[in-house]
Parts: sequence; C-alpha cells; structure tokens
Amino acid sequence: MKAVISVIGKDSVGIIAKVSTECAACGVNICDISQTILNGYFTMIMIADISDINIPFTDFVDRMATLGTANSLQIQAMHEDIFNSMHHI
Amino acid sequence: MLATEDILETIGMIREECLDIRTITMGISLYDCQSDDPGRLCTKIYDKIMNSARNLVSTGEEISKYYGIPIINKRVSVTPVALLAGGLNRDGVVRIAKTMDKAAAELGINFIGGYSALVQKGFTNGSRTLIDSIPEALASTERVCSSVNAASTKAGINMDAVAEMGRIIKETAYLTRDNGSLGCAKLVVFANVPEDNPFMAGAFHGVGEPETVINVGVSGPGVVASAIRRAGYCSLADLAELIKKTAFKITRVGQLVALAASEKLNVPFGIVDLSLAPTPAIGDSVAYILESMGLEQCGCPGTTAALAMLNDAVKKGGVMASSQVGGLSGAFIPVSEDAGMIAAARSGMLSIEKLEAMTAVCSVGLDMIAIPGDTSAEAISGIIADELSIGVVNFKTTAARLIPAYGSKVGDTINFGGLLGEAPVMPIKTGSPEKFIHRGGRIPAPIQSLKN
Repeated sequence: MKAVISVIGKDSVGIIAKVSTECAACGVNICDISQTILNGYFTMIMIADISDINIPFTDFVDRMATLGTANSLQIQAMHEDIFNSMHHI
Repeated sequence: MLATEDILETIGMIREECLDIRTITMGISLYDCQSDDPGRLCTKIYDKIMNSARNLVSTGEEISKYYGIPIINKRVSVTPVALLAGGLNRDGVVRIAKTMDKAAAELGINFIGGYSALVQKGFTNGSRTLIDSIPEALASTERVCSSVNAASTKAGINMDAVAEMGRIIKETAYLTRDNGSLGCAKLVVFANVPEDNPFMAGAFHGVGEPETVINVGVSGPGVVASAIRRAGYCSLADLAELIKKTAFKITRVGQLVALAASEKLNVPFGIVDLSLAPTPAIGDSVAYILESMGLEQCGCPGTTAALAMLNDAVKKGGVMASSQVGGLSGAFIPVSEDAGMIAAARSGMLSIEKLEAMTAVCSVGLDMIAIPGDTSAEAISGIIADELSIGVVNFKTTAARLIPAYGSKVGDTINFGGLLGEAPVMPIKTGSPEKFIHRGGRIPAPIQSLKN
C-alpha cells in the first residue's frame, strides 16, 4: 500500500531531510522522489510505502500537514487509490 | 506505477481547479417510524436519523483526509414526510420538520431533505397537509429542505398542485422575508423527480430505496473549464472527447469516495450522481465552461447547443466511471450559485426564457432564480408549469426553484451567502396566466410516439 506525499512551496535546504525523518518515525518507507515546478512553485512528489506505518494514516496526514506549516510549505499525504482510480482503468 | 504527470494532474485539479466531492448524502427510510401520535412519531424519527447517520460527518471527514479530496457536504435525505403525515394536522407535520432540523444540527450537517410530497396525480390527505405546512416549516427551521413532485411523464401535470405551489412559494418568501426570502431556496417543484438524488434542495429517500443508502454527488466545473482552455482551438468533436475524459476522471473519484463511505458506514452504495455542480467561487462555474467553449457570454446565441453537448459528454464520460449512476446526473445551472451565470444575468445576456430553453438539454431546471417580489402567485405557477412541461414531454427531470424575494425589484441582488451565492433579481414577462392557472385539473400525460 502506497501514499503520495506532495511538497509544494519555496525550495530550501533540508526539505527532503525533514520529510524523510518524519516518515521514518512513522514507519513510512520512501520509494521514489521526483521534483518539478507546478504553476511556478517548487513541487516535490514522494511515493512512499505505508504497509508498515505505525500510526493511523489519517494521523500521518496531519503530521505531514503540521510539518509543512512549520516550514512554510504545503505538505500533503494522499492515499494512492485516488490516483489509481482517476488514471487507471 | 504512478506517473508523476498523473499525480500532478490530480493535485492540480484539487488545488487549482476546485475539484471536490460536493456531497455524501445518506438516504434513510422512515417507514418504521409510523405512529398516530405526533410525539411518538417525532421521537422515532429523531432516533432513526441519529442512529443511522451518527458517524456520517466523521466518516466523511476521515475519507476526505485519507484521499486528500475535499468533501464539501455531508447530508441526509429521508422518506417523503407526506407519506407519514396522513393522520397528522398541520402542527403535527411542522413538528416533524423541527425534529428533522434538530437532528440535522446535532449531526453537524447543513441540510436534511425529504420534507416532500409526490402529488403528480393527486393529493393524499398527508400530502395536502404537508404542502400547506411548507411555508411555516421552512420559516421555523434552518436545515430542512422541501420538494414537491407535481408532474410526471406518466401522470401529466397536476395543475392544482402547480397553482398551490405558486401560493406556497409566495407565502414562504413572505415568512422568510428577513433573510432575503431564503426559505424559497430550500423549496423545489419537480417533474419526474428522481428518488435517489443526493443534491439539495430536492433530495429525498424514495419509496423503492433500501433501508439506508449512500449516494454521492460529484462536482468539478473548474476542472472541465481548465481542460478546455488548455486544449486551445480544436473541433467540437475533439472537445466532446476531452470533456468525456475529464468527466471520467472526476466521476472515478466520486465512485472511490462512495465505495469507501459505503464500506465504513456499513450502508449500501446507491449511486454516483454525475453532475457538474457549480459554486459561486471563481473558476467553479458551468457558465465559464460554456464560455471557454467559445461563447462570448453565457446566454448568447449558441448557449443551448454548447450546454447540450457538454451535458451529453459529461454523462458519456461519467457513466463509464461508475458502477451505478443515478440522481440528477448532468450539468446544473443554478443562477445564484454560479459566478458566470450571475454575471450573465446581471448584464442582461441571460434571461429566464433562455434559461428555460437550456433546461431542456441539461440537468434539473430553473434553479435559484430571484424574481421580483411583486410577482403574482399565478405568474410563479405559470413559470413552474412551463418548466415542468419540458420535463414531462421530454421524459426527463425538470424543476423550478424560484425566489420571489419579498420587496425586491429587477436589478436588486439577493445575497444568500455560502454555497447558495447571490442572485440578481431577473425580469419576467408581465402578461398574466391567471385564467389558465385557475382552470385547475390535470394536464394529461403526453403521447409517447409521434415525437416531433
């Protein structure tokens, strides 16, 4: 089971480290990272394995959002099924 | 494996283009609440609603967080109250409305539908009492929505009910005059009403529905408009394909949410309503879709054709994306809830007559339209009869949600706030249909062959 973590905002030193540290604390394993510019904003997309997550996924969503707020970023974790539903038949 | 561009497209739809799930609506049967005693009846209704929908809001919020998709409304619809009202007087029926309102407030939902009657062929005692009580019920509650089905293709148009609804709408406007006649925004008159519609104000839990059910209404006008703008110049056939593909993606999210809600609440999944439901937010407008297709402004020549194509493409795309489709399914054109419609009505480009033509090819009908406060009850009935006849003859749902805002005149703006938006008061033709309306009786069901 996977999740997509999107990080949107101004690029700065240590973003990946901060998100990775939080993921590790929650038992979330990062599988893939890509970066791009979406509507002028730095956008990082992480695909993460949440099979061994040690807290409820909705709590992880909250922790990511809080981490984002603390760093002037928008960090959102979303279950992969929304993307699979929309783009795969 | 998820492709980055697919992920970015989905995130962009949600963040930039107002993609959301408009409503998760739980339908609840109240048949087992029957009682001769109004107090006992209301207690049973309250308990049934609270027990059935106790976790609706928290579950909706959990799903929203899980998938990262906003779910704007969580709502409840119940068995048409007229079916429970046979042994009650007017005060007893209003007491049910207040009970529904109390339950809705405690559940944390903004609307509860089902203060409704089905009278396409005639009145029962219960439906007569309920219709008579609508103005008082809407004036004394906040969250209760009411609807009356006054026509169907199989029964024709009950013109006694249409005449009565003209008076009821006027009275509702008067009793809620301190709030811009807001009560009228929660009252719809239908032809061929669907029994599984999740959208307010017309939602109720139909007679053939299971004990409880989850119906979901999707949205996404902004997503469609953006896709059309990005595509640039292309033929209408290509545009139709693009709209279909976009509607497919929107509806798949609705299906995902509907199944998740059904599973978590342990309530059967009913339908996904394939609707483009606008909001007053900039960029979330059906009128803007039509304008992005090439119209200078919604309401100009070509509007009906553009809307017909849009509506058809939305259904073709959506029906592939969901295992069970129903409700109203199509593009909504509520004037006060759509920034582009508001602008077009204000500029005079969009008239009620054009809106009426548009309703022949899309979902629902003359929706959230403010008309002058001095409009006669007969004129309101005439507009309703016109609108219902389009539905009856064309075997489709049509409806009228008209707001003769008390004391208003053409050019005024009635501000309802929130999703209900603001309505410029639109002019209507002044000739009187009084003698026609006062004839009463039923317009017979139309012939279903010789279709010209």
